[in-house]
Amino acid sequence: MELISPTDYAKEKVRSVQDYAVLAARSLGNLFKRPLYVADMIQQADLIGFGSLPIVLAACFFTGAALALNSASTLDRFGAMTVIGQLVSVGIVRELGPVLAGLVVAGRNASGMASELGSMIVTEQIDAMRALGTDPLKKLVTPRVTSTIVMLFFLTILGDLLGLIGGSFVVSTVLRLDTHQYWNSAWQTLEFSDVFTGLTKPVVFGFIIATIGCYYGLNTKGGTQGVGRATTEAVVASMILIIAVDVFITRLLMITLGVS
Amino acid sequence: MSTPTLPIENRSVADNPARGDAVVFESVDLAFDDKVLLDGISFRLAHGETKAIFGVAGSGKSTILKLALGLLKPDAGSITVLGEDVVNMTEDQLFELRRKVGIVFQESALFDSLTVRENVAYRLLEEGNIPEQEIEDRVREALSFVELEHTVDMYPSELSGGMRRRVGIARTIITHPEVLLYDSPTGGLDPVTSNTIIELIVKQRDLYKTSSLLVTHRLQDAFTLGTHYFDRAENKMKPLPPHTRASVPMGFLILRDGHIIFDGDLKSLRETPDPYIREYIS
Repeated sequence: MELISPTDYAKEKVRSVQDYAVLAARSLGNLFKRPLYVADMIQQADLIGFGSLPIVLAACFFTGAALALNSASTLDRFGAMTVIGQLVSVGIVRELGPVLAGLVVAGRNASGMASELGSMIVTEQIDAMRALGTDPLKKLVTPRVTSTIVMLFFLTILGDLLGLIGGSFVVSTVLRLDTHQYWNSAWQTLEFSDVFTGLTKPVVFGFIIATIGCYYGLNTKGGTQGVGRATTEAVVASMILIIAVDVFITRLLMITLGVS
Repeated sequence: MSTPTLPIENRSVADNPARGDAVVFESVDLAFDDKVLLDGISFRLAHGETKAIFGVAGSGKSTILKLALGLLKPDAGSITVLGEDVVNMTEDQLFELRRKVGIVFQESALFDSLTVRENVAYRLLEEGNIPEQEIEDRVREALSFVELEHTVDMYPSELSGGMRRRVGIARTIITHPEVLLYDSPTGGLDPVTSNTIIELIVKQRDLYKTSSLLVTHRLQDAFTLGTHYFDRAENKMKPLPPHTRASVPMGFLILRDGHIIFDGDLKSLRETPDPYIREYIS
């Protein structure tokens, strides 16, 4: 294996970050330029949103159920089973709903975008697009970014609901508690800051998923093997970024919204 | 002695200096990492002329086409296409220029999720303001030029390699570009299909007077281009009459180790004393 000098390695990484930043900025900047490719946006929204809906809902439902089960054993020791609704709702709405939806969509769609655009690179379809006078960033990246942001936002709302339903299912069938009390405490405990935090995250995560997926796809090198590598790297990078960025957004919003 | 009548119409397009050159490369250098691919490349493509570019694999032939289209930027030198300085243009400005320049890719590069109709009409659909009927008529016209009208509703995966190349040509010529770039259009095809593609290139050159750069490995194809013309009346390619001074606007360019070692017409290519070229064309 050929060794690469530390300087060249550092230069390569800085250049990658720069290229990613340009792609990310242009993907949003293109929203203010004609044409808008609305049909492509709708098609991508269908692929990303409706395609991911069943797995996001399933993941959130079972996570809500597991959260209720785990919380119950701890809360029972303190005789605080009545607050189980609060715990599940805050946990799901603030954190688990957006992160889970983000990770599921990243696994499904960042890989899809990277492989699709990567295949277009190796078969010269991207060059053909440029040669035919179309900006691939405008035609391929912007619709994917906007659709992922919008659809992940709504997927998170539905995922939150299913997470709460999952908790309710455990409360009624396993714990044999009053579900009315569960829903009441879950609803009453939610504040504006919880909902705002929970719905800001999918917007950022959606942007990360689509831009990372497209970036790796458009930088595919090395034929079909390169497509496979780009796909894997896109999923890994987007998942790691979602988890890392989540910490910073959480802290930032806590400071901004005055939540201790 | 009078000069015999030339078989193709208005052949003077390539000889008219008032129109300038369609493509001009001046001292173009390009290297990838430490490998020098092009070193001081300079040549001119006159309006209406077709120039075949030869060279061994990896000699930078296809790269020249990508540079002409602005898909790659050179490290040094200047490239002018239809009077525009390609090197210093932004991507947005290049999109405008590319409306007047078409390229046929080596593997056709058709969009595999679109039908033949959508592929051929791609440029017109992108314009966004062309009536559907006009688009349909022009798609039919372009497909009829390559004799593939029956494939209009098929997907690229349903076509043979040769048919895909011909659809690629149809997609390129639908907007009647002023310059055409062919990247190994006959590579990997059987002789019969190759001949069909070459006939289309000759037809495009002689009927529409399009300036073209043609990258090829097949000398035979280039020689056919230099010795044949398209007869509009009979709608087929025919050899130039023997023992006449008739000619077609056809040039040859040979690359070796990043340099141009030959740039001239068929006659001077045949008469060159360069042993490498003689071996190459033998």
